[in-house]
Amino acid sequence: MARKVSQNRKALVTVAAWAVGIAIFFPILWTVILSFKSEGDAIKTPFEVLSANWTLESYSTVQERSNYLRHFWNSVVLSVGSTLLGLLIAVPAAWAMAFVPGKRTKDVLMWMLSTKMLPPVGVLVPLYLIFRDFGLLDTRIGLVIVLTLINLPIIVWMLYTYFREIPGEILEAARMDGATLRAEILYVLTPMAVPGIASTLLLNIILAWNEAFWTLNLTAAKAAPLTAFIASYSSPEGLFYAKLSAASTMAIAPILIMGWFSQKQLVRGLTFGAVK
Amino acid sequence: MATKHSRAAARLMISPAVLLLLGWMIVPLAMTLYFSFQRYNLLMPGMEEFTGFTNYRFFLTDPAFFAALLHTLQLVLGVLVITIVGGVLLALLLDQPFWGQGIVRILVIAPFFVMPTVSALVWKNMFLNPVNGLFAHIAKFFGLQPYDFLAQAPLASIIGIVSWQWLPFATLILLTALQSLDQEQLEAAEMDGAGPMSRFTYIMLPHLARAITVVILIQTIFLLSVFAEILVTTNGGPGTASTNLTYLIYVQSLLQFDVGGGSAGGVVAIILANIVAIFLMRMIGKNLES
Amino acid sequence: MNMTIRALMGACALGALASGALAETTITVATVNNGDMIRMQGLMDAFYAAHPDIKVEWVTLEENVLRQRVTQDVAAKGGQFDVMTIGTYEVPIWGSKGWLVGLNDLPAEYDVDDLLPAIRGGLTVDGTLYAAPFYGESSMVMYRKDLMEKAGLSMPDAPTWADIKAAAAAMTDKNAEIYGVCLRGKAGWGENMAFLTAMSNSYGAKWFDMDWKPQFDSDAWKATLTDYLDLMNSYGPPGASSNGFNENLALFQSGKCGMWIDATVAASFVTNPTDSTVADQVGFALAPDNGLGKRGNWLWAWSLGIPAGTQKADAAKTFVQWATSKEYLALVAEKEGWANVPPGTRTSLYENPEYQKVSFAKMTLESINSADPTHPTVDEVPYVGVQFVAIPEFQGLGTAVGQQFSAALAGQITAEQALENAQAFTTREMQKAGYIK
Repeated sequence: MARKVSQNRKALVTVAAWAVGIAIFFPILWTVILSFKSEGDAIKTPFEVLSANWTLESYSTVQERSNYLRHFWNSVVLSVGSTLLGLLIAVPAAWAMAFVPGKRTKDVLMWMLSTKMLPPVGVLVPLYLIFRDFGLLDTRIGLVIVLTLINLPIIVWMLYTYFREIPGEILEAARMDGATLRAEILYVLTPMAVPGIASTLLLNIILAWNEAFWTLNLTAAKAAPLTAFIASYSSPEGLFYAKLSAASTMAIAPILIMGWFSQKQLVRGLTFGAVK
Repeated sequence: MATKHSRAAARLMISPAVLLLLGWMIVPLAMTLYFSFQRYNLLMPGMEEFTGFTNYRFFLTDPAFFAALLHTLQLVLGVLVITIVGGVLLALLLDQPFWGQGIVRILVIAPFFVMPTVSALVWKNMFLNPVNGLFAHIAKFFGLQPYDFLAQAPLASIIGIVSWQWLPFATLILLTALQSLDQEQLEAAEMDGAGPMSRFTYIMLPHLARAITVVILIQTIFLLSVFAEILVTTNGGPGTASTNLTYLIYVQSLLQFDVGGGSAGGVVAIILANIVAIFLMRMIGKNLES
Repeated sequence: MNMTIRALMGACALGALASGALAETTITVATVNNGDMIRMQGLMDAFYAAHPDIKVEWVTLEENVLRQRVTQDVAAKGGQFDVMTIGTYEVPIWGSKGWLVGLNDLPAEYDVDDLLPAIRGGLTVDGTLYAAPFYGESSMVMYRKDLMEKAGLSMPDAPTWADIKAAAAAMTDKNAEIYGVCLRGKAGWGENMAFLTAMSNSYGAKWFDMDWKPQFDSDAWKATLTDYLDLMNSYGPPGASSNGFNENLALFQSGKCGMWIDATVAASFVTNPTDSTVADQVGFALAPDNGLGKRGNWLWAWSLGIPAGTQKADAAKTFVQWATSKEYLALVAEKEGWANVPPGTRTSLYENPEYQKVSFAKMTLESINSADPTHPTVDEVPYVGVQFVAIPEFQGLGTAVGQQFSAALAGQITAEQALENAQAFTTREMQKAGYIK
């Protein structure tokens, strides 16, 4: 039964919601605007900025200075690679926890989450030494491993909460019909779990894409993703607002666009079991 | 109900994740523990020796230590309060019917996709900068003296930046929870004469408790180790006004390359984080059961 | 898991072998995102034309990130870089530890003797040159001629701190957003402490006495900090406590500073009409003094060093040699004009009549020559380095002390408190490091 809503009220809510939405989005919008201005114009007052000429000069400067495509490609490989690897490890674990819960399941889950509380700066040097000895410095595979491990707890937990909402009766019915464990997973669970897995995938791509500490410290030239690309624009000499804006826009645009297109899927699984 | 067979299979399926995380936790932890008892500065090779608790003594008596502890707490609590209160209000607003829901939702979640370094740089330069920043321009337009955010209110500014990043996350989770609320229950309450405030307090808030708990848990994990935002904007200063525990350890281990001291700091941080974790888990345990 | 890693590493090793079979050597160069380095990246075609067998991969980072990354890499022998951009602070320390490849075997046409003696001395340890200077700098006063004229003043070539204060007072017009003097305030040993340590030298202050006892409780430091705060609070721009080199450069270029005391290398940026709105109005003077025999200017050279242990030392050396050669200077002059040539490294550049026409050339050379890293202070000290103390602990110390002074500038603590905290902190760290009991 839909509630009757007066048009006035709807208009009021519309105005308020749009105002808040634009306010929250504004820093990103402003960055994009500045990226199309010349350096001299970018530091002027807002009115002058808006009325100044639009130009692509910052983008061409950034393009000349950095190998954007390589950084971009590294970001893609690292975020997608680590997410897929993480899913490969996490799906069985979460499945088992959700459908064959033991006495310790909750504890194991919480312990997993607590590994995320390890302060990265405190263990950088030990890890750097390990990476050096295994020849993993500045390699994509090394970073994929690290990113997988730091995001694994989140992946397991998201999947666990999602799987738990799949009713157990369906499984039992399948078992009665003589389905093997494999068949059970393949034909019964997987279709039901796909939305959860999809949103987990998306969230972790975002987390891995934005991870800036390990990716910056364990790479040099070959495996450096967009986070390292940004680090070379963070305080250049002289006026730099427009170039910084252009570089920022280039760094966040891919993930922003992906996020927007997949926001329905993403949102569905973002609940972490918050909704019963 | 589960058979022995499936139990064994389950164990097998969990073990890769558990073993990997165990390794990920234990190897660096063991090395960190070992280093924390060593006099070990990366810049002075060949001088390593066992020093007992010296590193701990220096770290714990560091005048910046308690400040850092306090700032860590302020940062976590500040961001939690802002994002949860803001998130609930936003969720209530966005839950109403209005034109352009899809677009507004996209606008609201956008900050979540921005990498922390970028958002810190953008806020620091384009907005908070007291000469060329947007806020300074606005202040000057109204004839006011621009406020130097990062120098006068460094920690509050960082809390603001971090909150901007996490508000979308909280809003989304709370909104999803709100949408699952039974409409009939609300309407029944409305018929019984419950005002908007009491409907919120007695029906919505209890319903949101679980979602709020989840927001607290996830955000706390990330907020305890906020680092990039501080490094980019204030370098922990002025003085130590915006140094948190993570940043203090960074200063020790990567600015001074005192691996021993940094490791001792790391161990202290891990212990503290685990205290928080135990506390959180109690809370979560209560709320997530059933 | 272990198996996979091993398998993967095997694959990597094979890959490495395969690429090694090709004639091309790829070297990775870590560099700072300063203008001169960025410019070099645009001129690499000339290098590739002369050395088709060498390919250069750039890792361009902001100064603080760069320093942390290269230090970590060289100390832990990570081997990620074949050439590192480092400064006069790192070179003596790393050189004496054997972390850098010596450069005494550079060919005759490189003409090592042409390097400016002060700069070369700062990069040499026990007779071995450990890094080649890419550009050298000291610090000097840059001021707006038009504003000085308007105020009815003229700037002496070698001003005193009293002159600076008088000029700052006369030029400041806060309503017009003109601030008499812009100085570094952002915390960091290479930011505000570079300026303040150099300034303190001209006040007769020092970091340590001959027994390595910290000296922040001295009157000389108190005078330094009080005068600095006084200048900045009365005549400085708002938000000065977060201004470093780049922020001040932007302020000066947009016409908001009357004077700016900073790196000589900034001269080419503030006089460049495409970036600077005040390009034709900039005058130069030596850094101020107090008549004690030392001026408040520093000495720095961004230099290219080769970490010991790199597999590609030969290719790295070829590159370093090219980047710091006379030919490179000529190349930049030809493509971008003499004013954009990396300054402060070679005597021949300053003898070149073309370069002498550049407005800031003479003052830059005089500033560099007036700095003496081996005797930086009025009193005798146990350390070398003008605006730094060449010990490994200094990065941490300088930054922590810089934090205190920055807090004092932001008005959070008083000058006395800042000095007290600096003294306590430095004493503690020096005890921890074993210099003093």
